[in-house]
Amino acid sequence: MDTLQLLISGIANGCIYGLIALGFVLIYKASESVNFAQGDMMILGAFLAIALLNTDQADLPFLLGLAIAGLSLGVFAYLLDALLLRRVFGQPQLTMVILTIALGFVLRFVIGAIWGHDPVGLDSPVVGQRLSIGGLTVPVIDAVIIGTTVFLVAVLWLFFARTRLGLAMQASSQNQMAAYYMGIPVKRVVSLVWAMSGVMAAIAGVLFAAKGAVEPSAGLVFGIKAFAAAVIGGMGSLPGALAGGLLIGIMEPFAGRHLPSHIAQVSPYALMLLVLILRPSGLFAQVRAKKV
Amino acid sequence: MKPRFKTSYDADIDRFQGHWHRVQYLLLIALALAAPWVLGSYYVGELSSVLVWSLAGMGVMLLVGHTGQVSLGHAAFMAIGAFTHLALMLRGWPFLPALLAATLSSGISGALLALPILRLSGIYLAIATLALGVLVEDLAIVAEPITGGVRGLAAPPIELLGMTIDRHGTPIAFYYLCLAVVVLVTLAYANILRSPTGRAFIAVRDSEISARALGVNVTRTKTLAFALSCAITGLAGALYAHLIQAVNFESFLVIISIAMLLQVIVGGLGAIHGAFFGAVVIVALPQGIAISRDLLADVGIRVVAYPGLDMAVFAVIIIVLMVLEPRGLYGVWLRVRTWFQLFPLYRKGMFRRARSYLKTERLK
Amino acid sequence: MSLLEVNNVSLSFGGIRAIDGVSFDVNPGEVFTIVGPNGAGKSSLFNLISRFYEPAAGSIRFDGQDLLACKPHEVIDSGIARTFQNIELFDHATVLDNLLIGRHSRRRTYWFEDLLFLPRVRREEQEHRRAVEEVIDFLELAAYRDRMIQGLPYGVRKVVEIAQALVSRPKLLLLDEPAAGLSVEETENMAWWIEDMQKDLGLTIVMVEHDMGLVSRVSDRVLAIAEGRPLVEGAPGEVQAHPEVIRAWLGGVDE
Repeated sequence: MDTLQLLISGIANGCIYGLIALGFVLIYKASESVNFAQGDMMILGAFLAIALLNTDQADLPFLLGLAIAGLSLGVFAYLLDALLLRRVFGQPQLTMVILTIALGFVLRFVIGAIWGHDPVGLDSPVVGQRLSIGGLTVPVIDAVIIGTTVFLVAVLWLFFARTRLGLAMQASSQNQMAAYYMGIPVKRVVSLVWAMSGVMAAIAGVLFAAKGAVEPSAGLVFGIKAFAAAVIGGMGSLPGALAGGLLIGIMEPFAGRHLPSHIAQVSPYALMLLVLILRPSGLFAQVRAKKV
Repeated sequence: MKPRFKTSYDADIDRFQGHWHRVQYLLLIALALAAPWVLGSYYVGELSSVLVWSLAGMGVMLLVGHTGQVSLGHAAFMAIGAFTHLALMLRGWPFLPALLAATLSSGISGALLALPILRLSGIYLAIATLALGVLVEDLAIVAEPITGGVRGLAAPPIELLGMTIDRHGTPIAFYYLCLAVVVLVTLAYANILRSPTGRAFIAVRDSEISARALGVNVTRTKTLAFALSCAITGLAGALYAHLIQAVNFESFLVIISIAMLLQVIVGGLGAIHGAFFGAVVIVALPQGIAISRDLLADVGIRVVAYPGLDMAVFAVIIIVLMVLEPRGLYGVWLRVRTWFQLFPLYRKGMFRRARSYLKTERLK
Repeated sequence: MSLLEVNNVSLSFGGIRAIDGVSFDVNPGEVFTIVGPNGAGKSSLFNLISRFYEPAAGSIRFDGQDLLACKPHEVIDSGIARTFQNIELFDHATVLDNLLIGRHSRRRTYWFEDLLFLPRVRREEQEHRRAVEEVIDFLELAAYRDRMIQGLPYGVRKVVEIAQALVSRPKLLLLDEPAAGLSVEETENMAWWIEDMQKDLGLTIVMVEHDMGLVSRVSDRVLAIAEGRPLVEGAPGEVQAHPEVIRAWLGGVDE
């Protein structure tokens, strides 16, 4: 029973990692670069939601506050790409890596300057409630996290498979030049991908803050871990990112129980290094080589 | 700009391009030697700090700026250098042998780690080195017999040439020691750049395919670059240990690796100068912020001390530079210099970059 | 005896036969051209000779040696230099530095000697420099010596790439579409360079090219391939007029 509970908690954590990793992969596919500020965007989303929802703050209705937080992160990410990142389009990958790392520092500072550096939790309708199913007690929030993730993934899948915009995103991520010739407004599509990953970051942030507590500096560590998830799954694969997230989420509590704490702490990174060295394209992606 | 007539191949092979060039650098050295006699001991300490970060920056620059391999985990090699150095000194080794051993051990660990890691490229390499940086933080706690565990190690005073050198007791001597190391490493670095080894690094950076076709053993070249880079960074780590007097796992957090990478980018990738410019920014920025806060307080404006403000300002500088002048402060310096040399003929757009299109790493 | 012997080589990419049993011999001092429609496997043949690709079957011998025993970076040591279809120069370095990198296969100093810049390194550098200047004179690149590759016109970069291949003093030069993207005048110049390299330097040249004017002007022999298989080999005129070749080029015109 205990193991099962640990497993469910791990899956819930893994879902949050997975959502952030999905954001990484979406942006990687669209612009062939990595948003190192993804973790900080998640924290920004979390603090926005806290400011809008907590009873000692704006105290808005839950879904309204959630929608506002998600939308503002989406708009923020869209503008970020349209106003800043688009200007370095076509420069080496490293440029964007550095830009987003720097952006992460700025976000972390801004969040800390506005909301302080103490850990804060989100007052959600389900806080502290537990669900009992035949001897197994699960925090309701874990169930909510897993449910939300399943729902989001289904929506994403439908979006990419069925809508014109989703297809346009797929096309531009496979061959920007060809997509451009086909009349797809590639730049705008890329910005929209950023917006999407911004919304995902906000949702992940809300779920994270509802499960535990957030602090401004958590973004860096969380980002690196989610990043490990994306790498383990294979940077080019959306299902892989989710699987990688789940793997790390499940691994952590078990490593924490059975291994010395220092080793348990670094186990996600060690796994990522192993995967990078042994199977650089990830556990779940097909291998593709560069053409000469 | 005065044309310079070259009369032998040596004119291009020589380290300095003409007498004026040589005089400029001699003046710079003279300035550096004279500085402690003009500045107070606090600023001498800050100058030593600039030198140590320049040294670390040169290590990163060799790898990132000249070989094109990104590392987000170089603080790990600073840690290896620092801990090896202190552990040996505390076991009775004299300063210089310990320093040499620290340099070698970080270089060798760099070479060993390079073999699996350097098969990766671009972002993947950045991530792998980042993971390495995170791992070393915890290794520094686990390897207690060498690193002193959570408490870390304190730096003993340096006994050299019959003198006792201590960062606080004899700041000027410590500054000269750093200066000597930095000058030697800079000369060696410049030598590499004007010889086949450096050209092989640049070849690997700009086109691995072509480098291979021209006879460059790409794997070996990358490994050498990684080893040299880590050796220099490890050397910097050893001096850093004396600079901050005591090191533990928190002295080499991943954030320091990131800051080192940002340092060389602010300075300007692909030029040794960049490492120095970047180091000046890293050290001067917190000073500048503190001083301006004091100035504001004097005129009655109270500014709360925000934690992380220096890093945020640094990040904003990076963002502005990346968009406007990707070659960093060195690029700005080149423009300013050319403006003066060509005055009044300088025109806008002389340094406009050729737009490089997205180099895809995917299979078409 | 022929200088390069390509014997019945095949190459597969994940089950797709890119090259299927191609053989040809190149004699010392001749210009041998491989022609074929896009996707016929011409560049793949070059990449096989450069050892970037591993053949599924067949042998390649150069100057009496088994080339397949070489690693990619050792090919140039045996005397084969090449250019690339899309120009692979070192963009952030000067023309001079690019050519000096071309001398890499001739370097004899170790990295620690370079680190200290021992007198031997200087002597070697002077030697490299002399070799580079000869090629700069030969290909008339003096005006561009200190310019960055990044800002050079396309046509000049094509010549720089050839110069970079020449400084190692190879016996065989592989030119991958030397005239692609060049204007009529530049193509004309390229024809002169190729003829000069053949006559003045005694180089053997294997070339892949689409421009049939250039091909028939400079080539001694031509091999036409299509879909990875050899079609016809012979003098330029013969090959161009061969019905098989015409059919392969125009594609599926049966009647």
